[in-house]
Amino acid sequence: MLRIKKYIQTPLLKSETLRDTVIRYTLMILMVIVFFGLILLINGADPFQSYKDIFTNTLGSAYGLSEVVVAMIPMLITALAVAVPWRVGLINVGGEGQLYIGAAFATWAALTFQNLPAWALLPLMLLLGMLGGALWALIPGYLKAIGLVNETITTLLLNSVAPKIVGFLIFNFWHSPMDTVKTQNFVPAAKLPAFFGTRIHLGFFIALFLLICFWFFMKYTRWGLEMTAIGGNPTAALRNGIPVKKYLIIVMCSGGAIAGLAGMSQISGYYGVLLLNFSVNLGFMGFLICWLANGHPLGIFLMSFVVAVITTGGNLLQLTRSLPAAVINILLAFTLFIVLARPKFFGKDKV
Amino acid sequence: MSILSILGVLSSALFSGTSLLYATLGEIVSERSGIINLGLEGTLLISASTGFAVTYLSGNPYLGMLVSMIVGGLTNMIMGYLVIHRQANQLASGLALMFFGFGLSAMIGKSFVGAKIEGLPRFTVPGLSHLPKLYSSLFSFDMLIYLSIPTAIFIWWLLFRTRWGLGLRATGENADTAFASGRNPKLIRYQALFVSGLLAGIGAAHLSIAYTMTWAEYMTAGRGFIAIALVIFSRWHPLKAIAGSLIFSGAVAFQLLLQSSGVQISPLLLDTIPYIITLLVLIAWGGTRKQSTPASLGRVYSGRE
Repeated sequence: MLRIKKYIQTPLLKSETLRDTVIRYTLMILMVIVFFGLILLINGADPFQSYKDIFTNTLGSAYGLSEVVVAMIPMLITALAVAVPWRVGLINVGGEGQLYIGAAFATWAALTFQNLPAWALLPLMLLLGMLGGALWALIPGYLKAIGLVNETITTLLLNSVAPKIVGFLIFNFWHSPMDTVKTQNFVPAAKLPAFFGTRIHLGFFIALFLLICFWFFMKYTRWGLEMTAIGGNPTAALRNGIPVKKYLIIVMCSGGAIAGLAGMSQISGYYGVLLLNFSVNLGFMGFLICWLANGHPLGIFLMSFVVAVITTGGNLLQLTRSLPAAVINILLAFTLFIVLARPKFFGKDKV
Repeated sequence: MSILSILGVLSSALFSGTSLLYATLGEIVSERSGIINLGLEGTLLISASTGFAVTYLSGNPYLGMLVSMIVGGLTNMIMGYLVIHRQANQLASGLALMFFGFGLSAMIGKSFVGAKIEGLPRFTVPGLSHLPKLYSSLFSFDMLIYLSIPTAIFIWWLLFRTRWGLGLRATGENADTAFASGRNPKLIRYQALFVSGLLAGIGAAHLSIAYTMTWAEYMTAGRGFIAIALVIFSRWHPLKAIAGSLIFSGAVAFQLLLQSSGVQISPLLLDTIPYIITLLVLIAWGGTRKQSTPASLGRVYSGRE
């Protein structure tokens, strides 16, 4: 029989008043700030100055805010790529791999049909990106649906394969004459348009559109209800005549398609070129964001914003404080640890 | 191509596979107790960087190895606190630990990038020292390579022939039943994670102190995830993990051989071989998988209600 494990768990505490929640989150944020301040101090950076820099360059200025939005785009989409399969109880940890394959498919179109106008080329790249992601997700989806291998394992394995295939394609076929680690720059028609004189590109609006679609789909359509039923109890859903296997495959592929779209939006909107190892764990970040948001569209938006502020701030620290870029992962990890640990600062400590 | 180059390839494959065996053994211990630790990559990185730093500063590789082990165990305690004590989601906690490892190891290793150390001393295989120097240097391994298979046997003995191992496996199958039979699932899981961290620490130490003898940011390059795949490949059995890591070593050797014999296959595609083999094996064994997967892997044990 279908056995879908319940990893899903809400990060919010039950039976808590609003006041308690607000105080709890404030204290959690303070804890993160103090911990990371210590890390900065150990590295010889002035924590107050660093935090001030981070603030003015993320939330405190229009340019900073636009950079945060730019960083949010792939996170929104990859989180959604986890949220959709989540609803039927599938754990898609494979956003990273699906993103790479989607990017590769889109790149093929961008390099092959350079003469097409933008209105034809961009939708083609979009569709191919989604197709690539969906095909990559079909493997775990199918293996899960016929009850052979758990999708968590397959998606993790395929994550390691996809970037190597993309690397192979770049090295052997697509690399530009000057450089072996990236393709030639895309023609302007293959780049998603940017808005407001910033780097915010069309991907942002696609992401918002997808989030709203997801919310509407889950709330108001029959398919959304059936997906929730499968996620709740697959056996019961099967007995009620819902074609569970078909759903598992289609939903997993949809998740893959969304992740592939994220890959397309990154190379077409952000980089304008396909780079070797261009995704810095975006797929995994998407998983964490989706988990923190409990799969809810609004939560995904808020958590993406928080994580984007952290990563954007981190890039800044690397430039101005000469810290290794990876150090910002500590700030991200502290935030996650504290959210995961769900500390309760008063009252009886019952998990 | 000469026999010398083939031997050289096999020798280097053995070096690159050893850290994986230790990491896989560690993950087997924690997964047998019911905890899937996706943060293995992070644990490996933190251990490798601290081990390297201590070796560089003290000049003593054994001390570096010891510190690397202990740091591995302690890093896993973060995971333990989150998933056992605070009952957080195991996959999310593991990924958080992975990010923590990326950051902390980069910070620790920052001032050691490019530094050189005297690695763990290597000993020639007994009985082969009379060979010409050119050959005998290919048969000299560090102690961690010699100890890898005995360690796997020891972990097997620990899991399948001791009362502690029985309790650990029982916890992984059904924590409530283990509790009912007088064991303490939470304590057992903490112990399992600590042992798992010690083993990951040895693997990491082999990587940075014995094999490459340098530190580079993100030097594990996905070994943590390969180890997690090998756990399934070996069906949660320590002795089969030897076969698993040998297959990985073999794939590495195969890839190096093809390259040195001038066959034009992209090394990037050859890199995917271990993953694809693992996936094919999983598919082939899919039907019997349920017998070996710890039944409550990934589940939260909430204690007495």
